[in-house]
Amino acid sequence: MLNSTFWAVEVVGLRHRYGTRLALDGVSFAVPRGEIFGLLGPNGGGKTTLFKIVSTLLAPSEGTVRVFGDDVVGDPGAVRGRLGVVFQRPALDARLTVEENLRHQGHLYGLSGRPLGDRIGDVLSRVRLGDRRRDLVGTLSGGLQRRAEVAKALLHQPQLLVLDEPSTGLDPSARRDIWADLSDLRRREGTTVILTTHLMEEAAGCDRVAILDQGRLVAIDAPAALTAAIGGDVVLVTTRDAKGMAERVGLRFGVKAEVVDGKVRIERDRAHEFITDLVEGFPGEIDAVTFGKPTLEDVFLHYTGRRLEQEAP
Amino acid sequence: MRRVLLACYTLWLREIVRFGRQRSRIVGALGSPLVFWFLIGSGLNRSFQGGPAMPLQGGYLEYFYPGTLALIVLFTAIFSTISIVEDRQEGFLQGVLVAPVPRAAIVVGKVLGSTTLAVMQGAVFLLLAPFAQVQIHLVDLPALFGVMVLVSFGLSGMGFLVAWWLDSTQGFHAIMNIFLIPLWILSGALFPASGAAGWVRALMLVNPMTYGVSALRRFFYDQPLAAEPPFGLSLTVVVLFAVAMAAAGTIAVRRKR
Repeated sequence: MLNSTFWAVEVVGLRHRYGTRLALDGVSFAVPRGEIFGLLGPNGGGKTTLFKIVSTLLAPSEGTVRVFGDDVVGDPGAVRGRLGVVFQRPALDARLTVEENLRHQGHLYGLSGRPLGDRIGDVLSRVRLGDRRRDLVGTLSGGLQRRAEVAKALLHQPQLLVLDEPSTGLDPSARRDIWADLSDLRRREGTTVILTTHLMEEAAGCDRVAILDQGRLVAIDAPAALTAAIGGDVVLVTTRDAKGMAERVGLRFGVKAEVVDGKVRIERDRAHEFITDLVEGFPGEIDAVTFGKPTLEDVFLHYTGRRLEQEAP
Repeated sequence: MRRVLLACYTLWLREIVRFGRQRSRIVGALGSPLVFWFLIGSGLNRSFQGGPAMPLQGGYLEYFYPGTLALIVLFTAIFSTISIVEDRQEGFLQGVLVAPVPRAAIVVGKVLGSTTLAVMQGAVFLLLAPFAQVQIHLVDLPALFGVMVLVSFGLSGMGFLVAWWLDSTQGFHAIMNIFLIPLWILSGALFPASGAAGWVRALMLVNPMTYGVSALRRFFYDQPLAAEPPFGLSLTVVVLFAVAMAAAGTIAVRRKR
């Protein structure tokens, strides 16, 4: 039965409470093997709780999570062996060298001697850190440290790699490096990847994205399908009295107009024609109008009524 | 089994390597008990001469010598488990917890690390024995080290058990000072139970450290001191304490991750 399931991860009816606060409220989804799957949501939306449950650090209050068919609570040992975990906070020992860190990691996963030495060489060259192996981790830059973290998680050739906010605190080029590593890994070894993020661009790079808000799964699909589903274009109007205009636009055109960040936001097909009507309908009131195809940011807004960067209420 | 040993070994080794890279820890851990022994021992030397409880040639400095050994072992064992708190803060611990390693191996690996450091520091202090007019027979050394290992393991286990629940090193120091000082003062390291008031003697009787000190003391004198627990009993308590602490540590790791 080893590795015979189609799903890398199955999450069913997951609930988790911290005291009285409900961090996860009935979340269910499944991730097939070989997928790069993103959990997108604001801070406090439940992503990190989900990450901890999948990585066996936290037992859920209710519901089940299976990784390659093994229950994370019932058989954590089996799950841990197949799991590579990259934490948001560094998990490397800064007082040890890159190589020493990897050696300890290998021992924890039952590797030793020559085979371990070979694996260390492999993963370090994969993340392009081969020339830094004898450096103390504390002397590496943030981007290099994160790559060393990825190398550490890949050492035992996990079938599932889970990453919590992998590009937090990284500059754009370091971010691109991590993504290059992940895509390469999936292509060459078929590794399933699950990552949490609050960054739109990062989520857009995933095969599928689940949007998590206030502990609930509000949408799940490929990024392109998510943006296509909310339809048409997104129009943003800059004006002095956004609230008043949103009401009047709603009455006049029979569309849903919201105020977001002090601007009037309208989802509308054929926006170029609509904008003409809009500008003619409110002469002198409009300072600026922009429109474009919806992004994942718009998808999040569409389902939750809030912007992603805002904290969950 | 190989995997369990490998995990214990690697966690133990990391402890030693980290210690070696922090020079201030070496100086601090060895220096303070030494100063303690010399100042208190010299100060009290006159006052404690003779008496039926302490029929020793070398006076109080001699009586106090095994007590200081116990103090060194106690302090090093307990305070090196602060590394658990650091591992949690620095994030290293989370990586260990998601590894396919039996939870008991995590406890044993970390505790053995602290044990090794404690025994090493005890060994350095033993080199000073001649200056304290204390005689140790060379044939007793292996057994003495064995007892030091057992005592250190139990104390490290206790440190682990406390450190596991804490997330700040300040908290660790605060909690440990509450424990540590009474544990040591009431262990027979500073004064013998036979000369103490009834209630103090009762506390000393239930203090596991008393049996550790007594077991250690046995190697320094040809004749057992009066009113000390028998060696067999002391050793039994020391072993049971070590096993209990390791078991409790494992339960703690399973409880809170």
